[in-house]
Amino acid sequence: MIFLPVNPVHIILALPFLSALGLAVVGPHRLATRLNALASGLTLVAASTLLSGFPETTALFLVDDFNAYLALLTAFVGFTTSLFSAGYIEHEVETGRLKPPFLRFYHSMYQAFMFTMLLALFANNLGVLWVAVEGATLTTVLMVSLYRTPAALEAAWKYFILCGVGIALALFGTILIYLAAQPVMGGGTTAMTWSDMMGRMNRVSPELLNLAFVFILIGYGTKVGLVPLHAWLPDAHAEGPTPISAVLSGLLLNVALYAVLRFKMLMTANGQTMAPGPLMILLGLLSLLVAAFTLYRRRDIKRLFAYSSIEHMGIITFAFGMGGPVANFAGLLHMSMHSLTKSAIFVAVGLATQVKGTQQISEIRGLTTSHPAIGWGLVVGVLAIAGAPPFGIFLSEFLLVTSTFASNPLLALPLIAGIVIAFGALILRLQSLAFGAPSGSVEPVATSTFPLVLHMIIVLVAGVWLPEPLVAWFQSIARLLG
Amino acid sequence: MPSIHYDIAHLLGALVLLLSFALLYQRRLFALIKMFAIQSAALGAAAAWQGYIQDAPHLYVTAVLALGMKAVVIPVALHRIIVKLNIARTIDTALGVGPTMIAGVSLVTLSILLVLPVTSDVTALTREDLALALSVVLLGLLTMITRRNAIGQVVGFMSLENGLILAAVGVQGMPLIVEMLVAFAVMVAFIIFGIFFFHIRERFDTLDLHDLDSFRGESR
Repeated sequence: MIFLPVNPVHIILALPFLSALGLAVVGPHRLATRLNALASGLTLVAASTLLSGFPETTALFLVDDFNAYLALLTAFVGFTTSLFSAGYIEHEVETGRLKPPFLRFYHSMYQAFMFTMLLALFANNLGVLWVAVEGATLTTVLMVSLYRTPAALEAAWKYFILCGVGIALALFGTILIYLAAQPVMGGGTTAMTWSDMMGRMNRVSPELLNLAFVFILIGYGTKVGLVPLHAWLPDAHAEGPTPISAVLSGLLLNVALYAVLRFKMLMTANGQTMAPGPLMILLGLLSLLVAAFTLYRRRDIKRLFAYSSIEHMGIITFAFGMGGPVANFAGLLHMSMHSLTKSAIFVAVGLATQVKGTQQISEIRGLTTSHPAIGWGLVVGVLAIAGAPPFGIFLSEFLLVTSTFASNPLLALPLIAGIVIAFGALILRLQSLAFGAPSGSVEPVATSTFPLVLHMIIVLVAGVWLPEPLVAWFQSIARLLG
Repeated sequence: MPSIHYDIAHLLGALVLLLSFALLYQRRLFALIKMFAIQSAALGAAAAWQGYIQDAPHLYVTAVLALGMKAVVIPVALHRIIVKLNIARTIDTALGVGPTMIAGVSLVTLSILLVLPVTSDVTALTREDLALALSVVLLGLLTMITRRNAIGQVVGFMSLENGLILAAVGVQGMPLIVEMLVAFAVMVAFIIFGIFFFHIRERFDTLDLHDLDSFRGESR
């Protein structure tokens, strides 16, 4: 299957790692933005070699359908966001909001962030998974604080404290999992190696696993942004640079949820534990409803879409909590559609806030008149994220609602309510943002909207027609997830 | 296992827990930092003892790191920052000493009630060590909650970490402990020393997080 002499995972991980080191010393910002995009592009190329077949599982790295899919998604969104980031950074340098030393740091951290996320996805060892998620926290905290404004520092501090405690609890959960597995598997690294544990989970003490899963869910759930652990998320999205908001929403939340799901698979393999589903359903519904209602009160455009991310992570967590082939399929589809749409929206939002010079919703009006490309891009993006047909998110939400109705109609009611309430809020805000008399600057923007257009085309096509191999791929992951 | 092994491990674990209680009621920053340094030293001793009884040399590395980083380097650096930036030496606490202590005792009870029933098939040493460690984690959280000061919260966070390391060293053959300790240390070092103190200080003239609350971004 594999024709390369080396494990492709090593290449996928080495590219961002070495780029992070290299970009730390590249001074000229034009060169740095291009190198950043180039490195992300090469990572995407390396990740797409996984399509031709998976390497053997080693003690450190594991590749199966599930993480190969997420790695491709991560590398793709990472690449398109790096293209957007190039134009964004150019503008920030011109207006003097960012100074060159900070830019070196920014680009280095961007690649370090990609590295930690890909490492978390490919990690076979639960300890390495934890270290990678911790590293992702560290790099993003530093990027959120990039502007050094009081609000950015407060956001970064909140992010550090909340997610620091979150990952600390996740580590405690990981220690408990090891303690549970150790009598069966023997000590040492095997008892932390996911692929080895899966086969022998049935003999592990279920009580200890229950306790461990609660810590894991709360711990990594903080990073997913599940209510009531979500307080860091809107601040971090609103105060950091917009490309970082795009990768936070589009990628990091997925990776944190991926970590939870790996542990859920261990629970399912054991068979005698409590069902992990109801806990996830509860947190998912809570996130969906709280975020849907609070969407109405948002006055900051980046916060608006940050709350929308909480809402969608709630839907996805709910889907995986329900389980079964259809709900899992819907969850996987929703994960990718949300990543693509949300990062596209943040591209539009980033351009809009730069040209208007504000993040206040009330001060951004009539975008379709003043900047048709951004305005209509935002309209299409918001319609897609709100779940209007014919976009991909409509398809995944439809699948989820119908499968929930079939298995448990009572749970479908709050789900539908949440989706409809959020839909209303987003459309309400969209009207003033996109239509009416334009406000503020009407100067054209030079930055390309290519990533926005590309993502929206994919989301539109996915809503109308899913290719057969992709369906088969998702179905096989849905089976893995149980 | 000779009973002296068990007794000393138990003693050191309990010492770490006791120092967590001592952290709870400190009202002065220097005393808080000193207490934290002593706790880290006790943790180092606990890790070294576990290294000896489990015959696991990598735990000695953990012990040296805990001792060097958390008992010496970080406290000294924090001390310097406080002196250099002339930060107020007393801390506002959200709760009085009495209620805090009662909350702390309840948390310890909770963790014992939680851990002991589910760990019936592991050794007595491990399960009691785990109960102690979970108590230290929860008390670390409580310390963070009851402090309104950035340094107080960081010390609470690091004491929470001490609980995690205590849990990790108590479990037979746990891999990657050193890596995890380093990951935490890097995180704390980067964020605390590199970025926040200087910038928060620069912007606000205080490390009291209460003053940060107005910057919600949407208060305008």
